[in-house]
Amino acid sequence: MTDLSATQGAARPWGKIALRWGLYVLLGLFALYYLVPLFVMVTTSLKSLDEIRSGSLIALPRDVTFDAWAKAWSGACTGIQCEGLRPYFFNSIAMAIPAVMISTVIGAMNGYVVAQWKFRGANIIFSLLLFGCFIPFQVVLLPMAKMLGVLGMAGTIPGLIMVHVIYGIGFTTLFFRNYYVTIPVELVKAAKIDGAGFFRIFWSIFLPLSLPIIVVSVIWQFTQIWNDFLFGVSFSQAGTQPVTVALNNIVNSTTGVKEYNVDMAAAIIAALPTLLVYVVAGKYFIRGLTAGSVKG
Amino acid sequence: MAPILEIKNLYKSYAQTEILKDINVSIEKGDFLVLVGPSGCGKSTLLNCIAGLEPITGGTLSIAGQDMTNVSPKDRNIAMVFQSYALYPTMSVAKNITFGMQVRGVDKPTQERKLAEVAKQLQIEKLLNRKPSQLSGGQRQRVAMGRALVRDPALFLFDEPLSNLDAKLRVEMRTEIKRLHQDLHASMVYVTHDQIEAMTLATKIVVMKDGIIQQIGTPAEIYRQPANLFVADFMGSPAMNLIPAKAAADGNATRIEIARPGEAPLILTDRRGLSLPKDVIIGLRPEDITDPGSRQGDYLELADVHVDVVEPAGADTYVVSRLGGKEVTARLQAETDVRPGARAQFAFDLARASYFDPNSGVRLV
Repeated sequence: MTDLSATQGAARPWGKIALRWGLYVLLGLFALYYLVPLFVMVTTSLKSLDEIRSGSLIALPRDVTFDAWAKAWSGACTGIQCEGLRPYFFNSIAMAIPAVMISTVIGAMNGYVVAQWKFRGANIIFSLLLFGCFIPFQVVLLPMAKMLGVLGMAGTIPGLIMVHVIYGIGFTTLFFRNYYVTIPVELVKAAKIDGAGFFRIFWSIFLPLSLPIIVVSVIWQFTQIWNDFLFGVSFSQAGTQPVTVALNNIVNSTTGVKEYNVDMAAAIIAALPTLLVYVVAGKYFIRGLTAGSVKG
Repeated sequence: MAPILEIKNLYKSYAQTEILKDINVSIEKGDFLVLVGPSGCGKSTLLNCIAGLEPITGGTLSIAGQDMTNVSPKDRNIAMVFQSYALYPTMSVAKNITFGMQVRGVDKPTQERKLAEVAKQLQIEKLLNRKPSQLSGGQRQRVAMGRALVRDPALFLFDEPLSNLDAKLRVEMRTEIKRLHQDLHASMVYVTHDQIEAMTLATKIVVMKDGIIQQIGTPAEIYRQPANLFVADFMGSPAMNLIPAKAAADGNATRIEIARPGEAPLILTDRRGLSLPKDVIIGLRPEDITDPGSRQGDYLELADVHVDVVEPAGADTYVVSRLGGKEVTARLQAETDVRPGARAQFAFDLARASYFDPNSGVRLV
């Protein structure tokens, strides 16, 4: 009896440790596999063109040079202009920040109304908003172009902001509605009796509770808007193009030689802001998606 | 003086469904009105209508003599305590209590003074800087009451405030609410499904079922003279014994015949000179069927009964037997020597008996 338990006691930790290490090795392999493209991008962007031509794809750079980065930022040609990504990067910032803020604020208001101020037809309106999430980009291109033209906003950054706000409201409303639905209705009743009105209740009671879902909404919207190519290429013109469109132009307008190092650097620059947002606020993103219930 | 709350012919319906039908209630200043009934009877809806959180479909409602039928909740001069406490989760206890005053633009020194008063009254001074999530259930309940008290309203509304508390705390808080009511001479409307809470707290009880008021009265009236079978059955624990019987005039008295399985019917004689139809349901509280000798009275009837089950409950012993096809509970002294399966003599106190019509359920006498 004692022998049996002793052998079991000895065997189990070894099995457990082996399993644990096997798991780590497997996870490590997956991580490597997913990181290879990034590795190739970073190393290639730090090499000179000669080294790229002579060396191997996955070799580390012999001489680290930031020339390609400098060129991608301020010298690469997008068609006939050769100003690099810089102006377009700032276009993207000027487009993404207001669009994210406006769509999040509207989504919060919509979610608050649909979840807590039930009115006749509230569910139908919410369903329609939800339906908006599933409309493919391509379907809205032509009507949207027409509308922007009528409003005189075609080819402008405010026009792009409006397009992204409209397209994003469905998602942000969904986020906030699902979050606010978990807040007991009695909270609104108590506040009403305390004398607070519609906006006061939103401002003093609901917004302070909303940080996790605001983070979710901001990350989601920022990633969508920053990475968007189709709306950017359709509704902008020379001078108002977002960084994704400029990246495409850099890669596609070559003058004889294909500058892989510049292309790679430009791609990384274009992707940096979304990476940064996720690194800074990522843990709130997970928390916000899984949380939702409020402890009274 | 005008009644503090007066509801006349109130109707409430959602689309086609009528939730409340022809509600008429009025209470005076200092009354403690309890709305009681099973779940789904409309008592919480009625409270929400009084608060103005639900619009009413018909009728009028006035508070402290002023017509409030179409007035918004914030202008009704009421305060409300909710079942889930409904404390604002991101605000401290102090903020929770003063939020209403802050919204109404009361000046800071007054806010501070009132907060201090209420905190002292409810003994929550040490909790003022905590968040609701750091409080126990009982403490949250106190804070919720503090938020109501600080308003000093014409009418307090309570929506099942104790049902989220454990049994022991519930009894404590019940006493506390009663004391508060006495100290403040406040007018209160209180919703509960717990008939014991209703009996202990109320000065006036409204028993509701399916959106219709079954009976309005003092706790004693409701308990002693239930208006129908529903009220008789709902109020009191263990419930009133409702036994089908045959009544027959016997000179000046009434002969009550109750069928028993496998033996001669039980005959009781009610000498109060009532006139009853042939078929009745006789209602007797468990405490009105008791040990012979433990009760004096002119209308005591002694009878032998077969005992099925004996349930000692500490202070009393409940004895169950079968009469008229029903389980009948008698409440005997704790140290009774009645044994299950044996026969025992019970005293039926017919002075306290109620009679109901078996078809309509309405009280006859």
